[in-house]
Amino acid sequence: MRFLRSLPVVALLAAGCAATGEGDPRDPLEPMNRAVFRFNDAVDEAVAKPVATAYRDVLHEEIRNRVRNFFSNLGDPWIGANDVLQGKFFDGFESGMRFVFNSTIGLFGLHDVASDMGIEKRNEDFGQTLGRWGLGEGPYLVLPFLSSSTLRDTAGWGVDFTFGDPVGEFRPINLRNSAYLLRLVNTRAELLDASRILEQAALDKYVFQRDAYLQRRRNLVYDGSPPREPRSRDEEPAEEPAKEPAKEPAKEPAKEPAKAQ
Amino acid sequence: MKTILSGLLGGLASVLLASAHGQELAPDVLVKNVTTEVVELITKDKEIASGNRAKLIQVIEARVLPHFNFGSMTALAMGQSWNKATPEQKKRLTEEFKTLLVRTYASALAAYSQQRFDFRPLRARPTDTDVTVNVRVIQSGAQPVPIDYSMEKTASGWKVYDVMVGGVSLVANYRTEFSATVREVGIDGLIKNLQAKNRSFDAAPPAEKK
Repeated sequence: MRFLRSLPVVALLAAGCAATGEGDPRDPLEPMNRAVFRFNDAVDEAVAKPVATAYRDVLHEEIRNRVRNFFSNLGDPWIGANDVLQGKFFDGFESGMRFVFNSTIGLFGLHDVASDMGIEKRNEDFGQTLGRWGLGEGPYLVLPFLSSSTLRDTAGWGVDFTFGDPVGEFRPINLRNSAYLLRLVNTRAELLDASRILEQAALDKYVFQRDAYLQRRRNLVYDGSPPREPRSRDEEPAEEPAKEPAKEPAKEPAKEPAKAQ
Repeated sequence: MKTILSGLLGGLASVLLASAHGQELAPDVLVKNVTTEVVELITKDKEIASGNRAKLIQVIEARVLPHFNFGSMTALAMGQSWNKATPEQKKRLTEEFKTLLVRTYASALAAYSQQRFDFRPLRARPTDTDVTVNVRVIQSGAQPVPIDYSMEKTASGWKVYDVMVGGVSLVANYRTEFSATVREVGIDGLIKNLQAKNRSFDAAPPAEKK
């Protein structure tokens, strides 16, 4: 909640520094973002990565998978709710069924029996819902500890965290905090390989991660089939993929940045 | 009876035709074959499984590399700057970019553990020369990760010119990096950066899994 109150400040910052040099137009706050990125990296190197590495080395893969499944299952109702908010009622129903099957037959979500039955896990959150509703992503942001985001996704995350996270309801508070911590460590442990690959692939980690994040989010908003960018050898993604035979024009979010207030 | 027979013969003829043009494997079949083959190789080979990076790179160079069109990939990643590069610069760029991608691919493969692959049927017309082959990596408790190979038809069979993982295009991702670098330090500067990056692997190979 405290977080939501700080949103206007972020927006103000965004507006204030909007006009800087010739950097990427999607990232007007690059200098500030880079500073936060360096901070996050330092924290990660010093604490998160060593802890996650130890966690992975100590716990067997089977156990780590149970942990992932457990938290993944708790997320499914909110995923279903977002499906419904986006008008994807069948997907929403399936996510609900996942929760029912996995919580019961799957023993409190420890086993992802729904996937074995062919009911697939979806990836939804409120940031995607906002995107689906036509809200542009706004400037790219690197949040302290939470890393890559955009103005829109930050707002979305606030809603997810406040309303869509059952772990927040865990009581006593000690149990809740332990659950938060366990989830955090497990998530970081699962990203160990990805971060190693990023480390190797990127000339400039900041730029590589930013572009990957923005591409990924765009892909998720369109559920895996964003309008295809034409294969062209000239510059940037500026050109709009207008020609592509749009399969479901009705559902497509409005153009690009529809001014993220 | 006659129709069945002619159908059979027709089928036989097309099989023969396909095998006559060895490289003309359909793009989705090619992806499936290569993926299955490589995964089997790396899971069965004890040295690779225990982190022998040089050997893993050998496998990639022998089995995977021939199916990539690094010229196209580099040109796409360079965007407008490609036309400003001299033939010599183009050659060196392609070479360095190839090395970088092979090593990155090796780390991605090293992270492989028991995930299942779901090879999606190809949705393309037989006349298409530019297709996307969809594969999905399936893992319990997580959304399947799509891997999409953009492939073009060339004289020597189908070649990959871009890979998208979870909707992130490798080529598009490098395009921003490359154009920023070229703007700052020029094409030769970019070549130097790539070289330095590639050399840093040799100096200190990052810790492997296990």
